[in-house]
Order: sequence, then C-alpha cells, then structure tokens
Amino acid sequence: MPLYLAKRLGYYAVLLLAAVCLSYLLASLALDPRAYYEGRQPPLSPSAVDHHLTALGLNDHQPLRERFGHWADRALLHGDLGRTIDGTSVNAEFGRRIGVSLRLLLTGTVVGTVAGVLVGAWTAVRQYRFSDRAVTVASFALLSTPVFLLAILLKTGAIWFNQTTGTDLIQFTGEKSVGADGGFWAVLKDRSVHLLLPTVSVVLFTVAGYSRYQRSTMLDVLGSDYLRTARAKGLGRRAVLLRHGLRTALIPMSTYFSYGFLALFTGATFTETIFGWHGMGEWFVNSIGKNDVNSVVAVNIFAAVVVLLSGFLADLLHAALDPRIRQAS
Amino acid sequence: MSPLLDIRGLDVDFDGRPAVRDVHLTLDRGEVLGLVGESGSGKSATALAVLGLLPGNAVTRGSVRLEGTELLGAGERELTRIRGSRVSMVFQDPLSAFTPVYRIGDQIAEAVRAHRDVGRERARERAVELLDLVGIPEPALRARAFPHEFSGGMRQRAMIAMALADDPDLILADEPTTALDVTIQAQILDVLRTARRETGAALLLVSHDLGVIAGMADRVAVMRDGRVVEQGPAREVFHRPREPYTRQLLAAVPRIDTPRRTARADGEPVLRVRGLTRTFPVLQGSVVRRRTGTVYAADGVDLDIRRGETLALVGESGSGKSTTLFELLELAQPEAGTVELFGQRPGTLTKAETRALRRRVQIVFQDPMASLDPRMPVGDIIAEPLRTQGAGKAVIGRRVPELLTRVGLDPAHADRYPHEFSGGQRQRIGIARALSVEPELLVLDEPVSALDVSVQAEVLDLLRRLKEELGLAYLFVSHDLAVVRNIADRVSVMYLGRTVEAGPVDEVFARPRHPYTQALLSAVPVPDPDRERERQGTRILLQGDPPSPTHRYDGCRFRARCPLYPTLAGDEQKRCAHEVPEFEGDGAACHFPRVREVL
Amino acid sequence: MSTLIEPPEAVAEAVTAAPTGRTALVLRRFLRNRSALFGAVLLLLLFLLAFAGPYLTPWSYDHIDYGALRSAPGPDHWWGTNRIGQDVFAQTVRGLQKSLVIGLLVAVLATGLASLVGACAGYFGGWTDRLLMFLVDLLLVFPAFLIIAIISPRLRSGGWFAFVALLAVFAWMITARVVRSMTLSLKEREFVRAARYMGVGPFRIIWRHVLPNVASFLIIDATIQVGGAVMSETALSYFGFGVQPPDVSLGTLIASGTGAAVTYPWMFFFAAGLLVVFVLAVNLVGDGLRDALDPTSKGARR
Repeated sequence: MPLYLAKRLGYYAVLLLAAVCLSYLLASLALDPRAYYEGRQPPLSPSAVDHHLTALGLNDHQPLRERFGHWADRALLHGDLGRTIDGTSVNAEFGRRIGVSLRLLLTGTVVGTVAGVLVGAWTAVRQYRFSDRAVTVASFALLSTPVFLLAILLKTGAIWFNQTTGTDLIQFTGEKSVGADGGFWAVLKDRSVHLLLPTVSVVLFTVAGYSRYQRSTMLDVLGSDYLRTARAKGLGRRAVLLRHGLRTALIPMSTYFSYGFLALFTGATFTETIFGWHGMGEWFVNSIGKNDVNSVVAVNIFAAVVVLLSGFLADLLHAALDPRIRQAS
Repeated sequence: MSPLLDIRGLDVDFDGRPAVRDVHLTLDRGEVLGLVGESGSGKSATALAVLGLLPGNAVTRGSVRLEGTELLGAGERELTRIRGSRVSMVFQDPLSAFTPVYRIGDQIAEAVRAHRDVGRERARERAVELLDLVGIPEPALRARAFPHEFSGGMRQRAMIAMALADDPDLILADEPTTALDVTIQAQILDVLRTARRETGAALLLVSHDLGVIAGMADRVAVMRDGRVVEQGPAREVFHRPREPYTRQLLAAVPRIDTPRRTARADGEPVLRVRGLTRTFPVLQGSVVRRRTGTVYAADGVDLDIRRGETLALVGESGSGKSTTLFELLELAQPEAGTVELFGQRPGTLTKAETRALRRRVQIVFQDPMASLDPRMPVGDIIAEPLRTQGAGKAVIGRRVPELLTRVGLDPAHADRYPHEFSGGQRQRIGIARALSVEPELLVLDEPVSALDVSVQAEVLDLLRRLKEELGLAYLFVSHDLAVVRNIADRVSVMYLGRTVEAGPVDEVFARPRHPYTQALLSAVPVPDPDRERERQGTRILLQGDPPSPTHRYDGCRFRARCPLYPTLAGDEQKRCAHEVPEFEGDGAACHFPRVREVL
Repeated sequence: MSTLIEPPEAVAEAVTAAPTGRTALVLRRFLRNRSALFGAVLLLLLFLLAFAGPYLTPWSYDHIDYGALRSAPGPDHWWGTNRIGQDVFAQTVRGLQKSLVIGLLVAVLATGLASLVGACAGYFGGWTDRLLMFLVDLLLVFPAFLIIAIISPRLRSGGWFAFVALLAVFAWMITARVVRSMTLSLKEREFVRAARYMGVGPFRIIWRHVLPNVASFLIIDATIQVGGAVMSETALSYFGFGVQPPDVSLGTLIASGTGAAVTYPWMFFFAAGLLVVFVLAVNLVGDGLRDALDPTSKGARR
C-alpha cells in the first residue's frame, strides 16, 4: 500500500515538473514583457528596457533555451521564482496571496462536498418525489449559469438586501473591511461576513455538481443485492442506508473529487476577481495584462500543485474507502 | 398445530404487472419445501415477499403468517425484528450479496448484534464460530478477509453462516447454488444440510434445478407464470406428476444417467490439438508494470474432432476451457503445443489463408445478450461475418432472411434490437450469425447455460438438426454434464489447465477412470428423489476449492484433492507427487486409473 | 419483461418496414420524446433568432445611436440601448450567434478528439495507452483556463476559429479517460470478442462496436461540453481574453452589462437569460438523444 502511494506520488512529481517547465515555455512564448516596458509613460530608452528585462531574466534577445535554463536553475533548484515585472519578489507576493485563495477554495470544497454528498444521497433515496425533482431542476438551472453570472446575481441580491434592511450586513467587496480592527472576535466576524457571498457562490456550484453524481451512484447502490442482504439480516433502515449504502456509494465519488477540483479552481478564480479578493486568480488576470511572465508561471505552479495534491488526496481517499484497491497493490 | 409458515392467496405485482398470483404454501417446523420453476415463474418473488424484501415498485396482497403472526403489511420495525432472527435468507449471488467494503467476519457479527445485545468482541467470536460451523478452514483468519478475497463457494458458506447467526426457525434460500460449479454445489448443499441439523430450521429452497430439489426437498411446489401449478410430497411430484406442465418440465430436463446412442464419426479430422499451452503474466504496478507471476491457464490440452462429430469440453470454472477456446479462435501460433485446423496450422498462414480459415470456424457464446451488440439491429449483427468476408449487398439481403428462417425466427424481425427478443431467441440469433458464412466447425461456448430447461431443450434440438442438415462439427464447451450427455458424441475433461480424461461420451460417463471425472459425475444431482437419496451416501465430496493456477505443480495436479491419493501406498504417492501423468488419446491421465461407476 | 410485449402498432411497423438503418430508428425514437423535442425546438428558435435576428432590426450591432443613450426597451430599440447608444437587441443577437457557433463547434471537436484518443488508448493498450494517458494527465494538470488566457492574445490574428480550436484542445481529457475505461470493459465483452473472432479489423471494431456503445455517454458529454464551452467562452470574454471588440459574444455583453445590472437591467439580463436558456436547451436535447440511442431505456418507449 505505501509503495503504491509512493509510486503515485512519484508519477505526480514527474507530471508536475513537466507541467511547470511547459508553462514557463508557453508563457515566455506567448507573453511580451518588452511591450510592457515600451508602453511605459514616460518612455524608457531601449537600453533601459533591455536592462530591466535582463534583470528579470526575460530579455528576448537572449535565446529562450538560456532564459529557461537560468529560470529552471533558480526556481527548481533554489525555490526562487524571481521578480514580478514591477520588481517585487514573486515569492513574497505568492506568500501573501496563497492564504486568501486557499481560504476560499478550502471552505468551498469542504462545505460544498459534504453538502453535495448529502443532498445527492437524500435525493436518491427520495427518487421521483417532489424534493428530488425540485433539487434536480435547481441544479440543472445552476449548472446552466456561469459562475460569474451567479456571483453577480448574488451581489445584486445582497445590494437589494442591504438596501431594504437599511444595513450593510452583507459585505461583498474584498476579504476584509478597510482598517477593520478591534480584537480577535471582531476581525473574525468581519472576515466571515466577507467570506459569506464568495463561499456561497463556490459552494452552490459544488453542491449542484456533486449532488448529481452522488445521486446516480447512490441510485446504483440502492438497487444492489448487498443492501437487500443488510435488510434481510435485520438492520434498521438508517443503518442500511448509511452504513451499507452511502458508505459504498462514496467510492466512485473519489474520482469525481479530483476532477471536480479543476472546475472549482477555475470557478474560484472568477469569484475572487468579482468579489475583489486579492488572491491568486486576481493576480493571474492582472499579470497577463502586464505580460508578467514570472508571476504567471507562479500562479500556474500553484494551480498545478493544487490539482495534483487533490488528485493524490483522491487516491488516498479511494484507497481508504475501498479495500479492493488497497489490496490490489 | 398451526404450520410454521402459512402463505395464503399471495399476489405480487411489479408496476401493476402480475408476478405472483394466488399462491398458497405451508411449511411445517423442520420441513424442507422445494419451490421450483423457470425464470419469471415468480418463485423468487414469493420468497422475498415473505420478509418484505421486494423492491419498491412491488405491491403485495394476501396473507403470510409466521406462526400466526401476519407479516404482510407488518410495520418495518416489526419486520426488522423478524428478519435475520426468526427468518433468515440465503441469496443467489454471494459476491454482490456482501457489502464489498466490510470484512466478512464483521458483516456476520453485525447480523449477530442486530438481534442480540452482545459486545463487539463477543459478536466477532460468534462470527468465527459460525464460519467454523459452515466448514471454512482457519475461520479466525478468514473472518478478517473481504468478500472479494473469498471464492464463490466460500462466500456462499459465509452467507449461510450469516443466516444462522440467530438460530432461525426458517431459512429462505433463493437459488443458493446456481452460480457455483457442481462439485462446489455438492459441498454447499451438504453445508445446508448441516445447518438444518444444527438449528432444526425449516428450509424454503427456491431453485430452477430439479436435481437439487430432488436431493433436498421433503415437499415440492412447482410454479409457472406466478401460480403454483402442483404441490405435494417430493416423490409423488417427481414420480407421478399430475399436471401436464410438471410432466413437460421433467421431460425437458437433460439427464446425466440416461445413455444415448452415439456413433463415432469417421470423417476427416477437423481439429487436432496437442499439448496446447497458454500462460498469462500477473502484472503489478500502475506506472511501471512488472511481471510478478504467471497464470498457467492452459497447460497441456489435447483435443480431436472429426467432421460431423460433437466433442464436449467439460470442466469447472478456472479449468481453462474458455482459455483453450479463445486460444483456438485467435488463429495465432500457440505458445506451446500444436493446433491443426482442417490440416492447416494457424500462425503459419498468410493473411488471406487466415481469413479463409476464419470463415470455416465460427463461435456461439454463452450469454446471448452479452454477445450481441445491443446497439445493432439483428439484421446487421447476422450480416457482420458476411461483410467481413467481403460479401456484397445482394448476398446479404438474400442470406439474412434465409438464416433467420433456418434458426426458426421471423425474417421480418431483422430490424429489431437484441433486447426485444427472449433469451432463447437471442441464442438463435447468435447461431444464425455463426452460420452466416457456412462454417464447418462451430465452437459453442456454454450455449445453453443461460437458458431455462424448456428453452434449453429447444436450442439443443435446433443444434442437433443443424448438425445433421449442414454436416457441422461442434466443439461444445459446457460445465453442465447432463447437457453434455444429451448432445455430445465424445467428451474431454479438463482440470486446472490440463486434459485429464477423454473418450466416447457413454464410455466416460458409465465407466469413468480418472478420480476427478468420477467426483464431477458424482456431484451432478439427478431429478429423482429416490436415486438422489441413495447417491448421497456414496457421493464423492471433493475438499476445498481448486488450487490456484498461478502455481505450476509437480506431478499430478489433482492429488491435493484426490480421494484416491490418501488410499495409495507410500511409493505410489511419491509417483503422483513427482511424475506428471501422461495423457494419450482416449483414456485417463492418472497413474492408477480405476473404473468406478458413480451414476 | 415489459420490453417483450410489443404494442400492436410497433409490430405492424416492423412487418411493413424494410430493414431500416439505425439512424432512422434513432430519429423516430427521439421525436417521440417530448422534453427532448421541446429542447430541440428551443434550440432551433435560438438559432433562428441568432441568424434571422440581424435582418429584423434596422440597427446593426456596432452602430451607435447618439440620440438614445441607455434608453429603456421601447418601440425604437426593442431591448433598449447600452451606455454608448448601441442597440441591445442587435448586439445580443450577434453575441448569441457567436456563442452558439463556438459552443457547438468546440463540443464536436472536443468529443471527437476524446473518443478517438480514449478508444484507441483503451483498445490497443500497451505503450499507446501509456503515452496517450500521460498526455491527458499533463493537460489536466494545467488549468485549461489559465493556458487559454495566456495563449489567446497571441491567436488573435487567427480569428475566432483559432479560439475555438484552443477551447477544444483543453476540453477533451476527462471524456477521453472515461471513454478509455469504458473501452477497456467493452473490449472484454463477448460481442467485441465475437467481432474479433470473425476477423473484423481493430479500427472497424472501434467504429462499429465500441463507439456506438459509448455513444450515449458521448452524447451526454457533448451536450455538457456545449454548455461548458459556451461558459468558458463567456468567462474568457468576460475577462477580456476571448472574443475581441468590436465583435461581441454573450460573454462580452454580460461583462459590459454587469455594472449596470441593477440600474439598467436590460443591458444585462437579455444576454444572461439567453445564455441560460441555451445551455438548458442543449441539456434537454442531450437527455433525449441518450434515451433514443439506448434501446433499453424507458423514455424512448413511452
């Protein structure tokens, strides 16, 4: 078993390395940092532009192979991702923003997954009843709505809510109020209030998606022989549905978890940008605008690591849930 | 005294369609009632209705009383108390009947704890005791295994152990041996008898196999289309059936103990196989795959078929029958040994010659549903071999209706999909497809195992007729020895990848020489209560499961389970352990062959 | 066994009709499914609106009417105008056109690629499989959105078709994985074995036996892809990476209308509403097609 996981981990490391290198090459080829400096006001002299670019390791007069070599040496061997196009440290920026993004991603995933699984299992048990149909229609409608559209609707709703109640209970810009202070609890409350809408928008999607999958895996299990066996030996309905039904229906879900994270990540990028969170997503969108190769690559690394990590966690989960997998290896 | 179980006027509807109609059954304490019928006769639904285990789309009416207590319409709580405690159930397919993610021992312990207020530890101990009772070796160790680690026979034993958890008064067994090989079936029926002895429980045994019923039941009820058509003491129903349907059913069952006149055909050889070997690597690892072992699926197979002859290849699951078959059909150079088809050696031929050879050998599969592409109209299915052989539209348009007529189907049905046909009709489609290119050798892989006896008889008749009309040769693979006696001219028995005995079917069945053949024949139940009871005393029960084919055994590979081996003298045993018994033409691959009549 | 009981008219059909092809049968079943038909009609209407719409209004999507800035829907401008005086109806219709075409094309390309790669990897196994799956994993590790955002400015000269190709290239991997695993199990099914023993070639088997049997998955997946592609396009355009002005798509319209969603709802809700209706319609059609293709499904018999 540990050997199996170690192998998976090794495979992921190879994938990660390939992905990171490719993303550097792609970003270097597609983005044009020179244009960024040349567009500066007041205009910089060509030698000054060259100087800046060389300092960043992005001078396109140098062959790509050499630039990549230097970057790889610094980034991969020493963990230094270089400087942003504005001259600040990428690592520092990375550190500042990672917490913001992870907070949204993690809350969204955990809440969304748990709720999605429960809703899915519940609708499966109540197949074709009103509640099942209502949830089905709602998730279809949700899945037909782009993330950012939902975010805008939520925001509109919040404005309306604040206006009608005459308060500003729901905060939807930024991750905290400007200059908020006053002890741990006040800060916590302030942050939670800001977290509310972005989390809801991420969670709603996750729930809509996962509940569909969970419903169908649960339906498969509900018709299975072993549930009948469990009933035949005299177990109560709750034990049959939860201990034997849901427990087994979770196994195929682990695959969806790893894929679902991809979509979630993209969704969170939009959510961040729309709600004015200074996270990875916003950084990415801005960096592309500035032709900032080093920052773009940093966000790519973050994304790749998150995706692979979730893939690895899904492997772990799968192995933990299914003894057949544990023993096959 | 009121009966233990009293079913009166039971009706079951699925989505408004009747499945069971007006069933009356009674079962006294300690009695065995055999409920027999073909698929769709409502026998399983009747058993499930007793415990309220029917799926949600079922509606039941009538009355089911357990010692006077009404069960039909009883609350879920009431039923939960009775299930597994006073009435327990043994299901057919033991792999899907266990929750895959829990250990066998824990699942049995759960059944114990469902009704008795005992601690976790005590329940586990009880589970181990129960596993011991049903004859699982090293029960404490095996209790920690997961369902997928058990063989089919072991799982069925565990299932019975679970049913015994709370000393039930009544055990409902729904086709408990259907998915198992005959030697394992004999073991399980034996375990069921032990279980009854231990608990004194009554048994409602649901089965389609009249032989199994004959050996177990005190009384028999015959069901057809949801109704009980005949009910009575077993001997009366089997020997003096009153209803025409029962008579018809009994007549349709192929019997292993009825000789048939067979003629040795002297046509030219169609297939000649010597020492055929096929191994599969056991692979591990997801990224870098390593070979960590070898499965010796076929390891010394000999076969001979002449024109106009039916050779039956028999053996239990894992004996390498299917591997042998697929190896022949690949038309490639075998790993070891020789294959000659119509005097040609596959693997040494050109592409065109191979294609021509393909036309002469066609196959019919076991499961007619699985072997027909569900997304293709049957006309296209039947035409596919023709197309592959390069036939034009005109030929296809003429041949397809012709073929459908030949196998007894309506040619107008060519544009229907496979699922619109019944099981027997589907198998006819499979046969029509195989015949479309006018083959000379037809390989039949368990062609009737998935069918009910009456349909089975029809398909076997069709096969017999086609053989006469078209002068075909058949390689008939089957695990059902009764069917084999019914259709084959010659028989070849396999054990663990090797041919162990071969010869004319009557010769081998009447005077088997290899101890494995003897055990196999002795395990097959005959639909006659008197003979079955008589045979039970002398039945050869093999111990345990067939050993793993990942091992290459020295000497005779049957010796671990051989009933003869322990009776041999020391130097004789040594010979079995070190010298592989050779197989030559007709005969038995045994160092000490002794004829023993077992039927 | 209700499937064995034929309604009388079906029997009559079977007797009179000469052996019909699979296509005709599927079509007949599809037309019997009401909600699928509803989806199809909806889709048809959307197409009609998108392609006939521009001829219905005197305004063109890039014409600026200085006399009517931010005017509400009325007889002149049916769906109002935006903040620089462009006709919202003309713009929405134009945007719908772009989004429809992009969505359908991406779905077709991505599903085609996925089924080809998945079926080959599954059927041939060995090194083919390992290589293809590494490629799939590699592409999966890149969040598609990021890569498209990086590359798309470069492809601006290639026009919208380059954008479509880019979207398709990053949308097929998960489908390919599923197709692969389905192929692996199909390969062991007896009807595929049967075909193999009849001497049918590997590509022919993939085409005639494997793909039709994963078709219902592919169809459903393609519809999800249509929705996904439209949404990706919308999202990318929303951030300025997709369709470039002066051309418009539903995404750019929604993006530019967002700020005014509360005060001038017509600038936003027509585009957003059409987007949701489109994705829903595609889902309904996908559901219906699945039922029509799967001969055992209940929906098709009803």
